[in-house]
Amino acid sequence: MSAAPVELPRWADTALVPLVSVVAALLVAGLVVIGIGENPLEATALLLRGALGSAEGIGFTLYYATNFIFTGLAVAVAFHAGLFNIGGEGQATVAGISAAIACAALGAVPGLIPGFLAAPLAILAAAAGGAFWAFIPGWLQAKRGSHVVITTIMLNFVAATLIVYLLREVIGKPGSMQPETPDFPAGAVLTPMHQFLAPVGIKLPPTPLNTAFLLALASLFAVWLLIWRTRLGYAIRTVGANPRAAAYAGISPAAVTMIAMAISGALAGGLAVNEALGVQHRLVLDFTAGYGFVGIAVALMGRGHPVGVGLAALLFGVLYQGGAELSFDKPTITRDMVVVIGGVLILFAGALDGLFRRLVAGALRLGESSS
Amino acid sequence: MRLGSFAAALAGVALSALAALAQQPIKPAVVYDKGGKFDKSFNEGVFMGADRFRKETGVEFRDFEPANDAQIEQALRRFARDGHSPIIAVGFSQATALQKVAAEFPDLKFTIIDMVVELPNVQSIVFKEQEGSYLVGLLGAMASKTNKVGFVGGMDIPLIRRFACGYVQGVKAAKPDAEIFQNMTGATPAAWADPVKGGELAKSQIDRGADVVYHAAGGTGIGVLRAVADAGKLGIGVDSNQNGLHPGRVLTSMLKRVDIAAYSSFKAAYEGTWKPGTSVLGLKEDGVDWALDEHNKALITPEMKAAADKARADIISGAIKVHDYMSDQKCTM
Repeated sequence: MSAAPVELPRWADTALVPLVSVVAALLVAGLVVIGIGENPLEATALLLRGALGSAEGIGFTLYYATNFIFTGLAVAVAFHAGLFNIGGEGQATVAGISAAIACAALGAVPGLIPGFLAAPLAILAAAAGGAFWAFIPGWLQAKRGSHVVITTIMLNFVAATLIVYLLREVIGKPGSMQPETPDFPAGAVLTPMHQFLAPVGIKLPPTPLNTAFLLALASLFAVWLLIWRTRLGYAIRTVGANPRAAAYAGISPAAVTMIAMAISGALAGGLAVNEALGVQHRLVLDFTAGYGFVGIAVALMGRGHPVGVGLAALLFGVLYQGGAELSFDKPTITRDMVVVIGGVLILFAGALDGLFRRLVAGALRLGESSS
Repeated sequence: MRLGSFAAALAGVALSALAALAQQPIKPAVVYDKGGKFDKSFNEGVFMGADRFRKETGVEFRDFEPANDAQIEQALRRFARDGHSPIIAVGFSQATALQKVAAEFPDLKFTIIDMVVELPNVQSIVFKEQEGSYLVGLLGAMASKTNKVGFVGGMDIPLIRRFACGYVQGVKAAKPDAEIFQNMTGATPAAWADPVKGGELAKSQIDRGADVVYHAAGGTGIGVLRAVADAGKLGIGVDSNQNGLHPGRVLTSMLKRVDIAAYSSFKAAYEGTWKPGTSVLGLKEDGVDWALDEHNKALITPEMKAAADKARADIISGAIKVHDYMSDQKCTM
């Protein structure tokens, strides 16, 4: 990320500012809830209980968080290289297509590879698809100077059109009302968590949570390792901070741009792993459902650090699952209201970030001068 | 006088309390499809039917609008766990989720609209859209002066081709030499909510000479009817009665009574007569129909009404067989 105009101590930057913006967002959301004649405290309690109050609620919360971890990391990695990848939706879409084609090939030729390799292969196919779709804007940026903000968002539309064509004409299930593929072969899909943990005696209610969540946690660690503990990560951060200085130091900004974008796209492909291979077990249209865009807010709120991204993803998971439960229990709070509350949160955490930084900085200075 | 009405009211309360005692207490629920509750068409029809049941019986119902695919199954399971029954799943996209949840709760009743799920505790309600479309095709062809009529579909799926195929058969029955233009708005669910494109498609059909245009396109159809009305031609509405949208410029509407489906499912459960299985609602069962009200009665001549009445009687008796596109994925005329 670019250097901030306001200097803050590290603890304030990583913890206080996000906390202040979340609290402010919740206050404004509370005003909206009062506006429609409901009690905001009761609504908050319902939201939290719905998201964290039962094993099933936690399962759904972590399932949503899995999506946000992947898309949040995708944006964060590109951020470190000074790139704004807003094409997570498109990259996840192509990842889903790629995984579906791999699954179709596995289904068509049984015994092509040993059974236990089917799921890893499908996951690799998804990552490769996402990486390819992000590599294109990376190459255009590095070699042609086309800005990634423009190219990534335009490729979202290309991917959306591509999946429609493929699902209707090529890989779709014939005669189906919905544009969707046939079910993936059983060996290629990920195990639901309640089945995965049953052999060790942990009983969970059935939820969409599946082993992709473990992959998401591993990705958080891997990204931390990559960015702060490897030569490539150092190159990525250097290019992000100052491309000219990086070039002077012998790092090729063009190569780093393309590599960082490909890694970013592969991470966005995790969304397809969770949704298509983990939950739906087939490729459906619109499975990305805006998770790619929420990933931008997750990365901003998490300050691009895997720990922050994980916490922000959890927060949005709580919001999605708790919001659904809230609109369930309170018919006056519709699903659109839940979108409004989420939108306020994104606005405060993302767009108004600078405002809170300045406020926090001012408050800290005031504290120093008075003491 | 006052005392009398009070006594009557009291008697009424006592009677309805008795009636309520005689009925089984039920906890009905509805899960809409992703189009949302107030879509002026399909989902709203279900809501109207459920609401009518609530007004008549005083039994409250719960409902939920899922925002994504995961929430469909979540909502069905949540309602089931709270003991709601019957639970109406609206639309074909809920079939996969319903299949799972209904199997987990074999003691509860489930109803799905527009799709067949074969389980011992599921009632599937599907419609013979081709029969209603045949009648409005017949009326449209008779109203056409140019002998050219149009059809604008929403998303290109077998269900909508079934509408188109029935319409074509009705048109050809009235005027074998009539020309029919058909367009689908798109291949994705976005095609249900694109009134601008719907209007453009209708305009292009009008430019080619069509003077009656039928739509089966949900929210997109609002644009179709507007474009047709602006051009001074005639539109045909779908699902609910859309005659009043542009009075005098909507020839009729093909009614698909999802409201009756929802109402009768709740009502049957209330009276203890609910049965699983597949019901196919056509003209005979009043599941589909064409709308005649004060907005379009000047447009429907006595000959047209007589022809439509005769065709309806013939379809019910079996003298006219309307081909169902979904039986063989073909519309050969």
